Amino acid sequence: MHQPHVPPPPDRRNFLTKAASIVIGGALAVVAPVAGLFVLLDPLRRKSQAGTFVKVGSLSSLPAGGAAQKFQVLETKTDVWNVTPNEPVGAVYLQRVGEGKVRALNAKCPHAGCFVNFKPGDAMHYHCPCHNSSFGMDGKILNPNSPSPRALDELPVELRGTEIWVRFQNFRAGVKDREPV
Amino acid sequence: MKSFFDWIDHRTGSKKLLHEVLFENVPGGARWRYAWGSTLVFCFSIQVVTGLFLWLAYSPSSQTAWESVYYIQHVMWGGWFLRGLHHFTAQAMTVLLALHLMQVVIDGAYKAPREVNFWTGVLLLLLVLALSLTGYLLPWDQKGYWATRVATGIAGITPMIGPAVERLVVGANDYGHHTLTRFFALHAGIIPGGIIAFIVAHVYLFRRHGLTAKLPKKAPDSPFWPDQVFRDAVVCLAVLIVILFFNFRSHGADLDAPADPSEPYPARPEWYFLFLFQMLKLPVFKGSMEVVGAIVVPTVVMVVLVAMPYLGNSKQGHRFNLGFLWAMLGVMASLTYLAMNEDRNDPGFQADVRAAKWEAERVITLAGEGIPTTGAITLLRNDPLTQGPKIFARNCASCHRYDGHDGLGGQPKDKISASDLKGFGSREWLTGLFDPEKIAGPLYWGGTEHAEGKMAKFVKEDVPEFNAEQKEKLRQGLIALSAEAGLKAQAALDKRDAALIAEGQKELKGSTINCADCHKFHGDGDDTGPDLTGWGSREWLTAFISDASHERFYGEKNDRMPAFGTDKMLTEREIGLVADWLRGEWYVPKSRAE
Ligand code: FES
Repeated sequence: MHQPHVPPPPDRRNFLTKAASIVIGGALAVVAPVAGLFVLLDPLRRKSQAGTFVKVGSLSSLPAGGAAQKFQVLETKTDVWNVTPNEPVGAVYLQRVGEGKVRALNAKCPHAGCFVNFKPGDAMHYHCPCHNSSFGMDGKILNPNSPSPRALDELPVELRGTEIWVRFQNFRAGVKDREPV
Repeated sequence: MKSFFDWIDHRTGSKKLLHEVLFENVPGGARWRYAWGSTLVFCFSIQVVTGLFLWLAYSPSSQTAWESVYYIQHVMWGGWFLRGLHHFTAQAMTVLLALHLMQVVIDGAYKAPREVNFWTGVLLLLLVLALSLTGYLLPWDQKGYWATRVATGIAGITPMIGPAVERLVVGANDYGHHTLTRFFALHAGIIPGGIIAFIVAHVYLFRRHGLTAKLPKKAPDSPFWPDQVFRDAVVCLAVLIVILFFNFRSHGADLDAPADPSEPYPARPEWYFLFLFQMLKLPVFKGSMEVVGAIVVPTVVMVVLVAMPYLGNSKQGHRFNLGFLWAMLGVMASLTYLAMNEDRNDPGFQADVRAAKWEAERVITLAGEGIPTTGAITLLRNDPLTQGPKIFARNCASCHRYDGHDGLGGQPKDKISASDLKGFGSREWLTGLFDPEKIAGPLYWGGTEHAEGKMAKFVKEDVPEFNAEQKEKLRQGLIALSAEAGLKAQAALDKRDAALIAEGQKELKGSTINCADCHKFHGDGDDTGPDLTGWGSREWLTAFISDASHERFYGEKNDRMPAFGTDKMLTEREIGLVADWLRGEWYVPKSRAE
């Protein structure tokens, strides 16, 4: 007598069932965590948007003779889904240095982050009221006993027609080297 | 490797545990029908995993909930898939719960000594439904917002404690931040915690009493592993495939426009609560009887469910239980069908749904440019394309039309009695106004006193008499006048025709086509008629809507046009929105604009 269906021996069948259970179980276990991981890793895909120039002021508003003028820097701030135009992010001192050239200094003191003042007059310079640092018009430290670890932070400037555009950045206070924050 | 496992086993007893888990006896051998419980555990674990990942990106507050969900859904990598998986698995769980319950009752698995296990199951059912209910609100979109309002409103009509319960759930007088923080804590912390505790109890009790075999047994007893595990895995896989099918088909879960208490919405609960919604619409539950439908009936059903193990001890009782469940399912199915059918055949509802869909798409387009900190709702509220038609329909459409309708596509009950403003400011619109056949017709001034005025007379009697030169100059004049509007849609044309426009401007001031006899234009001309300087521009149009009786415009000859601004019928913002909409000024995404 021939049987049309010969059931596989129990051991072999058992093995197949076990293997299939494990494979399917693995597949079931993997879907949700993988989907989650993609979302979790999403921030790695986002480009940092630092380093864009923003318009700060116009050439005509800068006094002749190299005196400095303080300008607020407004940037479009992006916080995940929120985009807020014209958010104040800091301040810069702008000064003319020669024909059609402008220097921009971050108004924050590199020592501990106070706002430095501009002192006009014959010996124009910057002065930080917090711990008495003096800085030259080029930003270099003037007084030897200044606690500041470095000169005022100069920022890249671009002139577009008469508009002054600055690539604004804050740097870590209290350290010798400029480290963007 | 072996010694490592031995080490673990020696300290934890893991081998024995594993053995107990895997070699549970299945009386009568493995069967497909025992898989429902496992599918529920499987779905719940998907929910925990996807939920935790969603949590990483979700922000519960009324200015950030919708926004963060939008970001998950439309910006984050695979976010739509994750959210869709969570959404559709939740739906699957409701269905599987019903199946599991039916199977338990049919197989008699609820009878002594398994009563307590049955009760933990009923509690789990309630907790899962509570998860659905709380989760529905979290995206803070119109759909979830309005549906949940209905639900908490129902809680509010419970005698005595209702108002307090409602206030506690909502967290304040009205829906807001604290509603979200509360719902979120319930949804992601308290309820899942309870579910985990009860699942542990449920599985423990299940193991304690053993599986209830479906009689007659078809095969000898066998251990759980591997035959039953295999069946469970296959059924779970089938469930997962169904979930994935729905997820891909609709590209994740819907996200409606952000919740807006001031915008009506065709609210419906999730489909598995539809039967309740429909039941409350039955005439028996009208008015003061609502409380019976909303509270008493569900309570009675719950009491019967809880009593089932006792009833089930006798043969008739078991039959009653079965009959009761089937009847419930039947009633629920027919009520759901009724609800869906009613909505399908209700053109008003369908129109509302379409409008809601449109707004959802629009706000997502707008959100692509970034969302203000006041929330995405501001995007819609400041969008002329969204608000213009609504303001028009409410305030202008009793006399005016927009392309023959009220702005939103409807028909006001009064006949058109002032001009159709579609394309106002454009060359076509003006050309129509200067058509002797049309000026006193329904699309322009037919319904107004101006049909009898000087201007209409001029167009009907003088213009047809114009000689060729005058006709050409009138054409130039109209092109120049239309250019005053500075319409976005005509910018290219206006630029191309700059020379023609300069000519036309002279004609508007000159004496060949007689405009200056009545109209001022950039300082020249008589001022009996409306000043045409900047005609149709945003400034001109908003000023006109504000007060058409101003001497700059119609003065005393104004017909019925209300002074919307001067009389404070509309705010400056609203007037601006409707003017922008009429002038075709709204945000168009760059990719589509080109
Ligand atoms: S902060 Fe400027 S000197 Fe200390």
